[in-house]
Amino acid sequence: MTPDFDRMPATPNEDPDNKPFFDAARAGKLIIGKCLDTDKLFFPPRHVSPYTLSNNVAFVESKGEGEIYSFSVQRGKEPYCLAYVTLSEGPTMMTNIINTDLDAVRAGQKVKLVFKPSEGAPVPMFTPA
Amino acid sequence: MSPAYIVGAFEHPTRKADTKSIAQLHAEVAFGALQDAGLSVDDIDGYLCAGDAPGMGGLSMAEYMNLRNLRYIDSTDTGGSSYVIHVGHAADMIAQGKCDVCLITLAGRPRAEGMQTGTAVRSAGSGVPDEPFELPMGRTIATMHAMVAQRHMYQYGTTSEQLAWVKVAASHHAQHNENAMLRKVVTVEDVVNSPMIADPLHRLDCCVISDGGGALIVAREEVARKLKRPLVKVRGYGEAVKHQMAGAVDLTYSASVKSGKTAFSMAGCKPSDIKYASIYDSFTISVIVQLEDLGFCEKGQGGKFVSDGNLISGVGKLPFNTDGGGLCNNHPSNRGGMTKVIEAVRQARGEAHPAVQVPNHDLVLANGKGGSLCTRHGCGTVILEAV
Repeated sequence: MTPDFDRMPATPNEDPDNKPFFDAARAGKLIIGKCLDTDKLFFPPRHVSPYTLSNNVAFVESKGEGEIYSFSVQRGKEPYCLAYVTLSEGPTMMTNIINTDLDAVRAGQKVKLVFKPSEGAPVPMFTPA
Repeated sequence: MSPAYIVGAFEHPTRKADTKSIAQLHAEVAFGALQDAGLSVDDIDGYLCAGDAPGMGGLSMAEYMNLRNLRYIDSTDTGGSSYVIHVGHAADMIAQGKCDVCLITLAGRPRAEGMQTGTAVRSAGSGVPDEPFELPMGRTIATMHAMVAQRHMYQYGTTSEQLAWVKVAASHHAQHNENAMLRKVVTVEDVVNSPMIADPLHRLDCCVISDGGGALIVAREEVARKLKRPLVKVRGYGEAVKHQMAGAVDLTYSASVKSGKTAFSMAGCKPSDIKYASIYDSFTISVIVQLEDLGFCEKGQGGKFVSDGNLISGVGKLPFNTDGGGLCNNHPSNRGGMTKVIEAVRQARGEAHPAVQVPNHDLVLANGKGGSLCTRHGCGTVILEAV
């Protein structure tokens, strides 16, 4: 049994491009990008479509449900779990798995969104569903 | 097309450079490679370096080394694979007649500076667009590569013991290298019983942190044939980049799929023709993924391929990293691509340590991966021929 260390995430550097993402985070929402030229979703969200490079994009809210694609526990005195979570909408995002026994985390595990406070905007993380 | 040859190669013998500056180390490896080739600084008309070189691109180092005759300069930076890619760029410029003799240098001193390369969370800098989405997650070099290993295990059934065989093979080679940081031969048990750093990677799955550097001289055929060193022809090369693809993350392969394909196609040969391979070994998993991507085995079979000493010279089918690699010998400036090419040159010349020299060394390969295998990286592949 290894509980995750209650670590304060580094403050995300906000800029005009990522502002909608962190504004949404402050409202407790996780948003992903949608290319309106191709109807394809993408992550991280930005004002430029990664499929066409046009600015014909929108931001859509994720349900905050997903599955662990891969993970690793950084061992040491303050252990925590880095992970990639594949959202039910499709895109995969880098995150942490928190509030759980780190020895029990598995690829393929179902997880749900939980925001972790930082000194700036909250950071989207996941916990077992 | 005029072919290019690697006529000079030098690896700095130091592994801890407390009393030297980074610029000084660059100059020392340049001098070593020129001595090896039998050329002088005035012969250099092309210079290639990457982000480890102090100053803007190659400008400060060109001045420090007083390179007076430059007609070509290149500071392509893909992290540790840069120098493998530089060999191809130098060969291209030589083929086009833009220059005759290219110098490539790498140097650094992370060990003297006490850098925790793999386990510290470091910012990639302000304005880097991926940074706000990754830095708060506390990603480290170790955990990012560990996620590649974890997925490989989940998807293909790869085991910790199979990963360990990569380190075991490297240690068998390092025992013969008097400059290697870690010369002790280790067993699979030693690796899997070493402390867990980032699941599923143990301490002995990780490369060393070392100071030093290396340099290469790439020259046109007319120059190479006048020198007294064995001829090592640059027969094929390729480069490619891979990243998270806007959320379509797939950790099962690297950019080596593309760089290798380009290099093999140019060289007109196939993986089974390669007698020796230098494979970038930041971590044991890195080697397994690249071997698969280059076509030495099927995707997902890398764990089986490296097992039972298959990478050990004189024992297995594909001797790799006969200097001990980054896992045991040297990973100067946290960038292992230079030393990959240097050991491939030693093998092609027949000048590797006799205990690890492959008997038939007509075709050898060096593969580099720089950046993070997990998020974004660049790969370079070079195929060399002993003429």
